[in-house]
Amino acid sequence: MTAATPPTVTAPAKPDTVYFFGTCLVDMLYPEAGLAGMDLLRHAGVRVIFPEGQSCCGQPARNSGYMEEARAVARAQLDAFPGDIPIVVPSGSCAGMMKTHYPHLFEGDPDQPRAIAFAARVHELTAFLVNVLGVTLEDKGAPVTVTWHPSCHSLREMGVVEEPKALLRQLANVTLVENKRERECCGFGGTFAVRQAAVSTAMVSDKLASVRETGAGTLLSGDCGCLMNIGGHAEKVGDGTRCRHIAEFLMERCHGG
Amino acid sequence: MAADGGHHPEHAPRFAERAPDALNNPQLRRNFRRAMDGLMAKRAAQFPDPAYWAELRARGAAVKARALAKLPDLLERLETNLTANGVQVHWAETTEEANAIVLGILQQAGARTVIKGKSMVSEEMHLNAHLERHGITAVESDLGEYIIQLAGETPSHIVMPCIHKNKAEISDLFAEKIPDQPRTDDVDELTAAARRVLRERFANADAGISGVNFAVAETGTLVLIENEGNGRLSTTLPPLHIAVTGIEKVVEFLDDVPPLLALLTRSATGQPITTYVNMISGPRKAGEKDGPTAVHLVLLDAGRSRVYQDVELADTLRCIRCAACMNHCPVYTRVGGHTYNAIYPGPIGKILTPQLQGLDAAGDQPHASTLCNACAEVCPVKIPIPDLLVRLRREAVRPTETPATHLPVVKDGGAERSWKESLVWAGWRLVYTRPLLYRMVTRALAWGGNWVPASAPLMRDWTKARARPRFKPRTLHDLARERGYLNEVPK
Ligand code: SF4
Repeated sequence: MTAATPPTVTAPAKPDTVYFFGTCLVDMLYPEAGLAGMDLLRHAGVRVIFPEGQSCCGQPARNSGYMEEARAVARAQLDAFPGDIPIVVPSGSCAGMMKTHYPHLFEGDPDQPRAIAFAARVHELTAFLVNVLGVTLEDKGAPVTVTWHPSCHSLREMGVVEEPKALLRQLANVTLVENKRERECCGFGGTFAVRQAAVSTAMVSDKLASVRETGAGTLLSGDCGCLMNIGGHAEKVGDGTRCRHIAEFLMERCHGG
Repeated sequence: MAADGGHHPEHAPRFAERAPDALNNPQLRRNFRRAMDGLMAKRAAQFPDPAYWAELRARGAAVKARALAKLPDLLERLETNLTANGVQVHWAETTEEANAIVLGILQQAGARTVIKGKSMVSEEMHLNAHLERHGITAVESDLGEYIIQLAGETPSHIVMPCIHKNKAEISDLFAEKIPDQPRTDDVDELTAAARRVLRERFANADAGISGVNFAVAETGTLVLIENEGNGRLSTTLPPLHIAVTGIEKVVEFLDDVPPLLALLTRSATGQPITTYVNMISGPRKAGEKDGPTAVHLVLLDAGRSRVYQDVELADTLRCIRCAACMNHCPVYTRVGGHTYNAIYPGPIGKILTPQLQGLDAAGDQPHASTLCNACAEVCPVKIPIPDLLVRLRREAVRPTETPATHLPVVKDGGAERSWKESLVWAGWRLVYTRPLLYRMVTRALAWGGNWVPASAPLMRDWTKARARPRFKPRTLHDLARERGYLNEVPK
C-alpha cells in the first residue's frame, strides 16, 4: 500500500531510559570516570540503569584466542542487560567488542540472535551524547588547553571520530589542540603491553612526545586502557601531563564534578 | 600469559626478543618513520574522496573474492590459455619443487647468468641461493633488490626492499662494492652507477626471471608492473623468461585487472599508475623482432591450498601485495621488516607466515599486534587482518582434541597451548560469569590489589615503562549503588 512513498528518515528517538555498561577496567581502576558518564546521562535527562550483574565484555579472552571463555562471559552480559533499551559504554574498545564482535563470537550458538540484538543496542558514550541525545554543554571552568586521544577501536570499530571533539568544542574556555599522531595507536593492546613490552614502550613514548608537542597540559580520552598506558608512562617518566577520561572532565566543567 | 620468549627456549629468537635490536637503533627508527610517513601521505593524497575509495576497494575485494571462489577452475583455464599462447606452465607444491623446476629449465637451456625482476615468491623460494649452489649467477635488477643483494641482506619491505637504508648507507655500500665507484650523496649518481652495472648484465644474461602481479585466466596473460623498466628488460631481452608466482595471483577476466591496478599502485606508492605495465602473453612469434623465444610460468602452492581450505582464513589469499598494511602499521614502523624474521613482514606477514610455516615456528607473530585496525582500514581488498590475527591466536591455543567439526586447519594448531594459561582463563571465566563472585573478587582487589608486588609476572613488565595501575577503594558497582543507579527495572 505504501510502496510508492519514500521511506522517512528520522533521527533516533531520544530514549528516556538507558543501560550503562561500566567495563571491568573502569569498575576497578577508574570508577570515577564511569560515575561521571552516568551523571552526564542523568543531566541530559535520561534515566540510567547500572545492572549489578555486569562484569566484562569478554575482549581480553577473545583477543587471546580463548573463544569459549569469551563467549561465556559475553553471555553473562546478554543476561545482565535483558531490556530492549540502549546500552551506553564509556569505552570505544569495549563497545567495539560488543557491537562488532559479539555477532561473530556467537556464530553457531543458539544465543546468536540475542547477541545480534544486543550488539545493535550498544553505543559509545560520547557518540550517544552527541548523536542520540544532542546534548548542549555549558562550560563553567577556567581556561584550559587539552588534546584528544581517540582509542583505535573507537575510531576504527565504532567510527567515533568527531563526536568527542564536538563536545569539547562546545566548552567556551577549553582550547582543543590536536596532536600530530592522533590516529596512531598508543601501544596498549591489552596483553600486547606486556608480551611485546619493548615495542609497546616505544609506541607509548612516541605518543606522549606528540602530546607534549601540543603544549596542552591535559590529555583526554574515552578509553581507560589507553589512559592507563599513556598516563602510566607519563607518571613513570615524570611528565606532568594529566590524563583523564573525557566524561570526568565534562562533568567537572559543566556540573562541578 | 608469559612474555613471548618465556616458554619457547628451543626456538630461534622470537619477535619480542628480536625487537629491541631495531628499537635501539635510532638511525633505523628514523629511516622507517620518515619512509612510512611519506608513503602514508602519498597514499592518502590518492584517495581524497572516501566514496570513491569505498567503491573501488569494494570492487577490488569482489574481484579477488570471485577469483578465489573459482580458484581450481581458474587455474585450469589459466593453464589452458597460457599453453595455447605458447607459455609452458609448471606446478610446484613446495618451494623445493619450484627451485628444482627453475633450475631444470635453466640447465636445459645451458644458462649460466640470470637477470631478475623483483619477485617476493622467488624470495620465498630462496631461489638465488639455490641457483648459486648450482653454479648459476642471478643478479637482481630492481634497484632496491640490487642494493640488498650487494649488502647480502634480505628485503625489509615487500615493495621497497631496501627501505631500511638511507642514502648515506647506500653510498657507502656502492663505494665498497662497485669497482671505481666514489662516495657520493647525489641520488642520480648512485642510480647511474647501478644502471651502469645492470645494463651490462641485461645485455649478457642467458635468462630473465620475474614475478607476476596478476595472471589472467581468460586470456592467458601475465601482468607485471614496475617503475624502473627493469621488469620489461628482464622479461624481453634474454632469450628465456621464467615467471614465478603464487597460485592466488590468478584473476578471471582482463576486465578484472584495471580496478586492481588502480588500487595496487595507489595503495603501494601513491601513484595513479606505474611507469611500466607489462602484459606478457607468450614468447616471440614468427616475424617478431624481439622477446624471449621461450616463456615459462611456475605456479607455487607452498601452503596456499591449505590456507584456502578454511573459509575465514582464505581471505588471506586476496592479498595483492601492496604493502599498505605495513606502511600504516605502528609496530612495523618501529621495528622494521627484519625483526619479523620472515619473507613477508608487517600485518600481512603476521597472518601469512604462521599459515605457511605453521604455528610452532611462527605462532608468536599474530601476537605482535595491538589489533589497532590501521591495516584493515587501508587494505585495498578488505582483508580483515585483525580478525585473522585473533583467529590464529585462537588456533595456536586451541585444544588438540577438537571435535571433528573444527579440524585444525592451520599447521601445528595448538602449539602454544599451555595448561598454565588455560587455567588462568578458566579462572577468569569463573569469576566473570558469576556476579556475586565477581563483586567479591573486585572488592578484594579494591582492598588489597595495590599491594600486589611490583615483581609479580605481569606487573614487572608493565611497570618497566609505566606507573602501576591503582585500584580504587570503591568500585563502580559501589558508587552506582550509592548514587542510586543500581538495578532499577526498565519501565
Ligand atoms: S594485506 Fe592488504 S594492505 Fe597488506 S599487502 Fe595485502 S593487499 Fe596490501
